[in-house]
Amino acid sequence: MANLHWLANPGRFLRIAAVVLPWLAAATAVLLAVGLWLALRAPQDATQGAPAKIMYMHVPSAILSMTIFGAMAFASAIALIWRHPLADIAAKASAAIGAGFTASCLITGSLWGRPSWGTFWVWDARLTSELILFFIYLGYIAIWQAIEDPQRASRAAAIVALAGSVNLPIIHYSVVWWNTLHQPPGLMQGRTDPSMAVPLLTLMGAFFLFYVTLLLWRMEREIVGRKIRQFRLLRAQA
Amino acid sequence: MTAATFAATFEARGLTCIRGERVVFENLAFSVAPGGALLLRGANGTGKSSLLRICAGFLQPAGGELRWNAAPVAGDLDAHRARLAYVGHLDAVKPAFTVAENVAFWLKLSGAGTRAETALSALGLGHLASLPAAYLSAGQRRRLNLARLAGSAAPLWLLDEPTSSLDDASSHALLTLIEAHRAGGGMAVIATHQDLALTKAETLRIGAQ
Amino acid sequence: MNVFGAIVARDTRLALRQGGGSYWTLLFFVLTVTMFPLGVGPDLALLSRIGAGVLWVTALLAAMLSLDRMFQADFEDGSLELLSLAPLPLELTVLAKAAAHWLTTGLPVTVLAPLLALMLAVDPAAFPVLMLAMLIGTPILSLIGSIGAALTVGIRRGGVLLSLLVMPLYVPALIFGVLAVQAALDGLTPRPHLLLLGADFLVALAITPWLAAAALRLNLE
Repeated sequence: MANLHWLANPGRFLRIAAVVLPWLAAATAVLLAVGLWLALRAPQDATQGAPAKIMYMHVPSAILSMTIFGAMAFASAIALIWRHPLADIAAKASAAIGAGFTASCLITGSLWGRPSWGTFWVWDARLTSELILFFIYLGYIAIWQAIEDPQRASRAAAIVALAGSVNLPIIHYSVVWWNTLHQPPGLMQGRTDPSMAVPLLTLMGAFFLFYVTLLLWRMEREIVGRKIRQFRLLRAQA
Repeated sequence: MTAATFAATFEARGLTCIRGERVVFENLAFSVAPGGALLLRGANGTGKSSLLRICAGFLQPAGGELRWNAAPVAGDLDAHRARLAYVGHLDAVKPAFTVAENVAFWLKLSGAGTRAETALSALGLGHLASLPAAYLSAGQRRRLNLARLAGSAAPLWLLDEPTSSLDDASSHALLTLIEAHRAGGGMAVIATHQDLALTKAETLRIGAQ
Repeated sequence: MNVFGAIVARDTRLALRQGGGSYWTLLFFVLTVTMFPLGVGPDLALLSRIGAGVLWVTALLAAMLSLDRMFQADFEDGSLELLSLAPLPLELTVLAKAAAHWLTTGLPVTVLAPLLALMLAVDPAAFPVLMLAMLIGTPILSLIGSIGAALTVGIRRGGVLLSLLVMPLYVPALIFGVLAVQAALDGLTPRPHLLLLGADFLVALAITPWLAAAALRLNLE
């Protein structure tokens, strides 16, 4: 906690972010390039052929979409309980990125589905869970937009994130349960070739760095945006 | 009205209120002794209502603290809520209920054993008891809301413009109620625009430089 | 408990009085179910297959559309402030209001469900399971719904936002509820689905009071 409190000062955060961001962005670009190159060179899937390479975008997107929601709920809990000023900014900044990864997961899943199922959408358990996760992200973003005062909006949004995080495992489980009883085909039927693991892990790392870079950048903008807001309020009062 | 006697002090130290990123008031202090009354005066927007809402525990002060018998109120908000009766701008009247049903519900919640009829007649609403509250005028709705006080056993009354839309006779009935409450050691903090004829009431001007 | 009961009784009576909206919710439920045969055609074989799903989705909509009743009117007329001062933790006040909401929407919907199932050509042998599932599942709708209702209470025209927040969280109740009926129709045991529905209810019961009360405190400031 001591570390968190030290970072709680938005001014200090801005100074650190300014130093770290260019390096993070460069590392993201390098890792992304390496990962994509590895993915293109990886052996083709025996049954699905080239379209199966969409997996290298689809799987990291799916994992990030859920990780970010977890991070968002964690930050929300800290914001709600300890009123930590950076935690709610981090939660808010994460939401749109998480929604983006969820959308990317849905789009790549549907593109991958076209050659393997012959249709763009099948009510596959993972895709259906992702779709509902996407709706929860949208609800979270909507409540930020609905409440003008950032202090109040942050607390309301934190409640939404916490309600979502408690229900998300249940939703995922219920969808899997529903799916096994109806049994449409899944995208990946338990084949994990070791030659796929290295590019997949590299891309996962790249996506994660991408998230951290975007997060810091968006937090920076949010802090500056709030300062501008306060200046304007002061001027309106004077 | 109530036979109970209270002996407690209610005080504020260094209260600061921030609403919507705007500082409403800063470093406010007051003290109310048993049987005391504090009138909050000030122009619109100076934070009279906000101060009452802080006193009622709806709003957290951005700085300073409230004390009840020298103990910080924030330490046990539930106990604090139990010892106050709050009358805000809104009348909390359900048009679908009768006048008696309306007041009976709030009396039941407060745990006071007062009968609805007794409370209503204190504000001259006794004859309307069985009428649906939908038929009441603004002044009558106000009196219906204030009738809760007649049955209240709470030592601290927080009243926000209680005499607005009341005629002289009703205002007088309310003042009688407040004086009886104070005579038993009760306290009242009242935000008002009018001069209320209360004996030995202190006045706190908010927003006056 | 006395105060808890008083709040449940008051909210129930308000919902049943003129303009309270409980009857409208039921009428909405019946009307919307009626739209489905008109939309998909009168084929009884098809209707009997989708019947359970139609009833559950409609029950979900009916519960959701009546959620604004839970806190909105009390917020607007100042009653919510006074309720929060009552000698009852706000967490329990939320439960009392959710209970009253269920008594005036979920329970009547459950009672009406077999009648509408009959019109959708659902096999009457599954009616006991249908009612049992709704009896366990509709309280979830009121509980989780109270979080959304508490969050949107101060937001003007928050009704659509409320649906957006609440509907994804209704997914487990919908899935387990429909699967229980489907199992009964297929001659299988509905037990596992009902147990999962019960577990979902317990989770909702455990988290709702805290989150909804926190949201109400926020809106009472």
